[in-house]
Formats: sequence, C-alpha cells, structure tokens
Amino acid sequence: MIQTGNNTTLEAHALECVRDDRTLFSNLGFRLERGQALILEGRNGSGKTSLLRILCGIRLPDAGTITWDETDISKLGPDYHVHTAYVGHRDGIKLDLTPLENLAMARALGKPNDTTLEEALEKVDLYGFEDVLTRNLSAGQQRRLALARLLVTDTVLWILDEPFTSLDTDGIKSIENLLDQHTTNGGMLAVTSHHAVNLANTTIQRINLSELAA
Amino acid sequence: MFNNFFHKMASPKYFYRISGRLIPWLAIAFVLVTLAGLYYGLVKAPPDYQQGDSYRIMFIHVPAAWMSMFVYVVMATAGAIGLIWRIKLAEVVAISSASIGAWFTFLALVTGSIWGKPMWGTWWVWDARLTSELILLFLYLGVIALYNAIDDKRTAARAVAILALVGVINIPIIHYSVEWWNTLHQGPTVTKLDKPSIHLSMLIPLLLMAVSFKLYYAFVVLMRARCEVLERERHTGWVRELAETK
Amino acid sequence: MTSDSLTRAFALLLKRDLVLAVRHRAEMINPLLFFVLVTSLFPLGIGADPKLLQAVGPGVIWVAALLAALLSLEGIFRSDFEDGTLEQFLLSSHPVSVLVLAKVLAHWLITGLPLLVISPLLGVLLGLPGDAIIILLVTLALGTPVLSLIGAVGVALTVGLRKGGMILSLLVLPLYVPLLIFAASAVDTAAAGLPVTAHLSLISALLVLALSLSPLATAAALRISLS
Repeated sequence: MIQTGNNTTLEAHALECVRDDRTLFSNLGFRLERGQALILEGRNGSGKTSLLRILCGIRLPDAGTITWDETDISKLGPDYHVHTAYVGHRDGIKLDLTPLENLAMARALGKPNDTTLEEALEKVDLYGFEDVLTRNLSAGQQRRLALARLLVTDTVLWILDEPFTSLDTDGIKSIENLLDQHTTNGGMLAVTSHHAVNLANTTIQRINLSELAA
Repeated sequence: MFNNFFHKMASPKYFYRISGRLIPWLAIAFVLVTLAGLYYGLVKAPPDYQQGDSYRIMFIHVPAAWMSMFVYVVMATAGAIGLIWRIKLAEVVAISSASIGAWFTFLALVTGSIWGKPMWGTWWVWDARLTSELILLFLYLGVIALYNAIDDKRTAARAVAILALVGVINIPIIHYSVEWWNTLHQGPTVTKLDKPSIHLSMLIPLLLMAVSFKLYYAFVVLMRARCEVLERERHTGWVRELAETK
Repeated sequence: MTSDSLTRAFALLLKRDLVLAVRHRAEMINPLLFFVLVTSLFPLGIGADPKLLQAVGPGVIWVAALLAALLSLEGIFRSDFEDGTLEQFLLSSHPVSVLVLAKVLAHWLITGLPLLVISPLLGVLLGLPGDAIIILLVTLALGTPVLSLIGAVGVALTVGLRKGGMILSLLVLPLYVPLLIFAASAVDTAAAGLPVTAHLSLISALLVLALSLSPLATAAALRISLS
C-alpha cells in the first residue's frame, strides 16, 4: 500500500530549538523506522509542539538537521511532504464546509489512496454527517474529522499534536486502533499526548523533553 | 579558500572582533573626509550665479538622496544573502541598515524641502525626486514596522528580507512611474533640483561628501550590527566570556 | 506530483474559496459598498462642479478601488491561518506558489470583479465621458488582479500578527503607487480624447510582473510567517 522503500528512516541529528531566548531542547537526536512510534512527553511549554512542527518542516530548527532516507528534509520540500500528514493543535478543517468537502480538499493536497471519502468518515464514526456543515458538529466530531484527513492520502509518517483532545473514551480507543493499524502496515508515528497512548502492536520510543532540558 | 574566509567572516564572534578594530578607523576617516568636504563645499566652492549660496545645501541633499537608494539596495542584498545561505550576520546587517536608510531618506526630504523654498517659494512641491524619496521613506517605515511587529527576531529578520526584496524590485518601477507622472502633470517651468551645471569646484566637495556619507554609514551600520549580534548571541559562550572579562 | 493532480488541487481550492465566499455573501458586499460610498463622498467634500468632478474622477475612482482592495485583502489568508488550513497548504505535496495563485484568483473573482462591474456607474456619477468609462473598465480589469497579487505578499507577511491590519496598509500602499499613476492617468488621457496604448501596455507589464513574481514571494512569506 505504501510505496516508498522498506527501510525508510526519519532521523534527527543534534536538534536545537530556542524560543523567546529559552533553549527548549538541544542536541536532540533519534531514529525512527517503519512500524515505530515516537511519543513525546513533557510539561506544557517544554517544546513538544515546536519539535513536531520542526519534524513537519514548518519550523526551522535553530541547529541540527532532520533527514528522511538520509536526505535533509529542507532540501526535499514537497518530496518530503508527500510522505507526511500532520494534524496539529488546530484542526485544519473549514467550519463552513461539509466533512466531505473538507476531506476532498485534504485528499487533493496530497497523494490520494484507495480509501473513499465515505469510508474514511465511517472509520472515524462520522458516517451520516457527511453533508452537515462542520460548524454544526461537536468539538469531538470536528477532531475526528481532522484525524480522518490522515486516512485519505497515501502517507508514511503521521505527525499528531494531541490527537485525543476532546475525544471521549470510545473515540480514543478507535483512534488508537487506527494508529496501531498504520504502524502495522509499515507507517510511522510521531505523537504528543497528555493521555496515555496504548498501541499494542507498535514499537514505541519515548522522549521526555522536560527531562532533556533538566 | 574563499568559502572558508566567507564563513569565518560570517561567524558572529569573528565579526565582532574585526568590526571592533575597524570602527575607530572608519570614524576617523569619516571625520577627516567630512571636514574636507565641508571646507571645499562651504568655503572654496564659488557661489552659484543663479542660486547664490543656497545651492550649497546640495552637498548634503544629493549624497543623502544617493545613500537612501544605496542603503536600500544593501539591505535587500544582505537580506537575500541571509535568506538563501542562512547567514545570520547578513540578516543583522540588513535590519541594522533599515533605520539608517530611513534617516538618510528623511534627511534628503528635509534638505530638499529647504533647498526648494527659495527656488519655489514654498516648502513642498511635488517634484519627481522629492516624491520618490517620500515613497521610499514609506517603504523604509514599512520594513521597520514589520520588524518591530514580529516578536521572534529571527522570523522578523527573514520576513523583512522578503519585504526588502519586493521593495527593491519595485523601486525602479516607482521611480520611473513618478518621473512619468511628474512630466505629465507639471509644466516645464519648475526647475529640477539636480544638476545646477556642475563645475569641478562643486564636483569635488560633492564627491567628498558622498564618500563621507558612505563612511558614516559603514561606521554606524557596524556599530548597530555589533549591538544586534551581542543581543542575539547573549546566551552563547563567547559573549559570556566577553562580559566576564570586562 | 503529476501536473494532473496539481490541476485538480488548483481547481478544487479555487472552488473551495468560491463556495466559502458564497456561504458568507454578506462579507462579500462590504468592499463593494465601501468602494461606492467613498467615491460618492468626494462630490460632497469638494463640490459638485461637473468640470472639477471630471478632472478628479479617474484619480478618485482608482484611489477608492485601492482602498476597497486593501480592506478585503486580509480575507485571502486570515481565516485559513486561524483554523489551521493554511499550514496544511504549506505541507501539501504541491508547489505552494501554485496554491497561492488559486487563492489569489479566487480573491480577485470575489472582490476585484464586483468593483469592475459597478465602476461604470461611478464613472457616470462623476461625469466621465463614455470613452473614459471604457478605459476605466480596461484599467480595472488589468489592474485589480495586480492589487490582489501584490496585496497577497503583504498579507502573507502580516497574517501571524495580532495587529496586522495597520502594518499591512503601510507595506502595500506604497507598492500600489505605480499602478495608481498609470491607471488614473490612462483614464484621464482617454477623457481628453488621446490614445492610451502606452498606459495600457505599462499596466499589462505590471500585471505580468506581479503574476510571475508575487506567488513566489507570497509562498516564501507564508513559510516565514508560519514558522
């Protein structure tokens, strides 16, 4: 299903991030392979979101590099983005579009896969809401719609910033299943979460940014 | 070897040391050239047969107008270097140039207006060069305002570089359009500010003053860049060492 | 990515922005009302002498168009920035400059085109002769896309700022000067019954330049604003 090489790796070398004169982390390195999840922990303001944004390529690290298959992601640009999907702190969906319209746009921005938009909505329990304006959905449903964006393009690395915000217990469980499936199929995850992330079939690496800073 | 030199020069620590040695020499050269320029301009050069002594403000106005354009180009070039090669020092030079350039522009406007008063009998005329300078001042103010509005100074410097590049593409267009507008809307009776049939005795002080302004810019931009470098690097080892030895 | 999927993304994004605009019809009307209102204030301010109005008419209409465009500019990226869709564009597998072009085109269709449609009415109100009104239409057709294109760079630079609006006008208005000069004087010249080919080719040149450079600058500015 996923078409890049089997030995794809995401590596960080000596990353440093400074914000408002505070060094959030420095000399941070890791190596992530297919089937693995990176879980970032740490207090509020310890730089989890910043690190995720650096991994996306939105933010430049103050020092260090990130490589995808041993090529610097800042040189890859769209050739890196085609393999990644990001659900940030903001949902990245338009409230005045329907869930279907939102997903159609998300799909067009990347490389479409075989899942139909309706299937994707069904997987996040939004079937039956496809033609309602997103504005009229609950916060949890909006979050699930944001996560449904992950399902409509063909990507390897999912970068998720607090994916479980406003989800109920069942919602969390079904998203965890989706994440577990993704890594089982050879995907990678980079996640921050206050909630414990239970992924039964996934090799998990943890980085605690508060401990790193201390 | 060139590359090596380039990167060494671009390291903040090295820059701080070298610029510290350069600044006194630049300051001395500036004072000497300015004194010479003023002497030739105010004492040696003969009065103009049409404008009498009032033309002498040209020795400030014309170099200031030249510098206003020159500094903008330097700013845009430094900004582009900073963006493309991610050289922080270039960002620092770009942003340190902005307010100096704005002051040169302001000076050109004020002296132009003073010069125009005896000629036109009014403080402001929509003369092509004055109008261009006015728009240039707005461009500078935009750069400064944008830099101050963005909290993260690294982001701010890169945003300013983009704006300066957009500006530098537009300056020739603005300049041309204003000239064009000027010939369209005003009769030929208005005397242009520049070129009062330049004589060698006037050209010498003009060139001296132009050099003096360049030296002043070099000297002030280095001073400002040094402060900026210290502020940006205040958490690094070499700045702490510097603070401790003093 | 293939050019086919890029075309699809372009078309879908264009459609998305138009759909959003239709769902917010009320907001679309504001710049248009502003355009009409500002123009009709001038006769009240300077007197209704037909000769005077005809003399200042081209300039007044163009300045009003400039301000109306400025008023609507923030709409290009602001809401996309706030709900996080803008960062999704930066992370897409397509060149950001092409996506920017789709958004600018949508913005022009929503705000520039209505100005164009209503402008003959304003020309009549200010007593412009028929030839001048036709040239006014041509200059607006060529010029309003330039307003959107240049404006997009300014919005991209200020979109992350809390008080971006004031700075935006400082960044963008000086860059509008050449267009204002060429366009207003084209209408002026047409009113005097003289040929305006030179003016129109200059405005076209501005359009070509803005069309080729502004999406690149906007994309770069967006990357910086969101970093």
